Amino acid sequence: MLGNRERASWLSWCKPARGAPADDPRLTPARAATAPRYLIAIEGVSKVFVGRDATVQALSLVDLTITNGEFVSVIGPSGCGKSTLLMLVSGLIPATTGTIHIGGKRIEGPTSDLGIVFQQDVLLEWRTALENVVLQAQIRKQDLIEARERARQLLAMVGLESFASAYPHELSGGMRQRVAICRALLHDPPLLLMDEPFGALDALTRDQLNSDLLRIWSDRRMTVLFVTHSIPEAVFLSDRVVVMSPRPGRIEKIISIELPRPRRLSVRQTLEFIRYNEMVTEVFKSLGVLREEDG
Amino acid sequence: MSIDIMEPQPPSPVRPRDARPYAALTLVGIVVVWQLATTLLEVPGYLLPSPAAIVGDLIRRWPTLLANSWVTIFEIVLGFIISVLIGIPLAICITYSRALDRALYPLIVGSQTIPKVAIAPLLLAWFGFGLLPKIAIVVLVAFFPIVVSSVVGLRSAAPQMLYLARSMGASPGQIFWRFRLPNGLPSVFAGMKVATVLAVIGAVVAEFVGADSGLGYLIMVAGSDFKIEQQFSAILVLSLIGMLFFWVADLVERLLLPWHVSIRADEAGS
Repeated sequence: MLGNRERASWLSWCKPARGAPADDPRLTPARAATAPRYLIAIEGVSKVFVGRDATVQALSLVDLTITNGEFVSVIGPSGCGKSTLLMLVSGLIPATTGTIHIGGKRIEGPTSDLGIVFQQDVLLEWRTALENVVLQAQIRKQDLIEARERARQLLAMVGLESFASAYPHELSGGMRQRVAICRALLHDPPLLLMDEPFGALDALTRDQLNSDLLRIWSDRRMTVLFVTHSIPEAVFLSDRVVVMSPRPGRIEKIISIELPRPRRLSVRQTLEFIRYNEMVTEVFKSLGVLREEDG
Repeated sequence: MSIDIMEPQPPSPVRPRDARPYAALTLVGIVVVWQLATTLLEVPGYLLPSPAAIVGDLIRRWPTLLANSWVTIFEIVLGFIISVLIGIPLAICITYSRALDRALYPLIVGSQTIPKVAIAPLLLAWFGFGLLPKIAIVVLVAFFPIVVSSVVGLRSAAPQMLYLARSMGASPGQIFWRFRLPNGLPSVFAGMKVATVLAVIGAVVAEFVGADSGLGYLIMVAGSDFKIEQQFSAILVLSLIGMLFFWVADLVERLLLPWHVSIRADEAGS
């Protein structure tokens, strides 16, 4: 874990995004000192994939700023480029146009100061749950004795302490994804990128992991960028839900979710929650992503 | 509120059912039927010798069989080791070099349409009657499954796995040693196990074509003398050698990749 001092120094170089919308009240000079610091600033980003036969515009001119400690979900129809956006933020693939800054630093190649969780858990089958988590420290050439201790704590946090020495094939899908989340958290990254992490799980396991994730997030106050195609999941987890249009993906609407925290699964029965779901659904209807015959 | 979906339980050891006793029983059954058939039907020994006659010959000529076995074993082992030493590095090069992949890999796959038995006389003409042509044939036969399986294995790393590695800041070396290679090892071993069987075949073919020792040579000589039971005893020793090699490869796999062996057992059991 980062100590408080290290966390503070991390914050100190998170500069407000350059070129952010001028009408954003939080950026007026008077409030600059207290303005929320942007961890991620995505400006004018587009992505074109050039194939042999065709070029595909996956994203077109996306602008998005995410503040430190915020939980932001990106939701959109299949192929809208939401996963691409996540990959661009991670620096694993380069943007065609535009810039992405994380903590004031421009992203130009793979950046390692973050954790990633994919839809597939990508656990290494030849390593135990514990060693899969420790892998993160091994690649980073960190102290392994200390890393094992932290890995044990993380596994305990998600209820897998008795499975530390189990191999991935001995674990259920939900357990495997929990191990993958622990692996992404081992180096205590300020930013967690999640690409439909619970998309392959059954509904009950998904609920459990949603509630686990919120607990972890509120304990650690990290920033989460979460890609999903489930409206209730996005609303339940997020501070803001970014709704994207079909390809080429644009940001159609950003909805702030004002539901009180800490959120319990029961919040999903409230009228407010249902209204937020309806707001997202309406956007998709207006985009023609959702159609109803008797509309 | 939290939903208790699963009471976490430590995994219980999976005990795959052992098929070996059943297979052994079948084998014993076949030998008994064979013995009874040859005795009761009075099959002449020059057509089909009884198991007892074969074992008798095995015991009587044990020193000769053993001496010639060493020759064949040497060819197999040396050929196999050379195949691995050429095959795996070549597979790594093909995996990492697009140029080699395009220029060489199709030729390697295509060359397998050439029957190795057919080029054995050619190799004999080039390299003479010594050890060299035998080793060459064993390598030609055994190295192919090693290369192909290793290429498949090294390429099988999921894109997400490589993304994950790079997001951790892994160097190309770390990506190879920590991700690609261990991920591909089950496939590499599958190729090596096929290669152990093919290496035995390669050595025998080489000895058929031109040799003055080895089990393949013994079989040829016994055949021309119509000593069928001698052919059978040599075949028996040969198949024991083949089984031994396969078993060693399997044992090494169990020791190096216990995780993979148990996944395979799970899949077979389900």
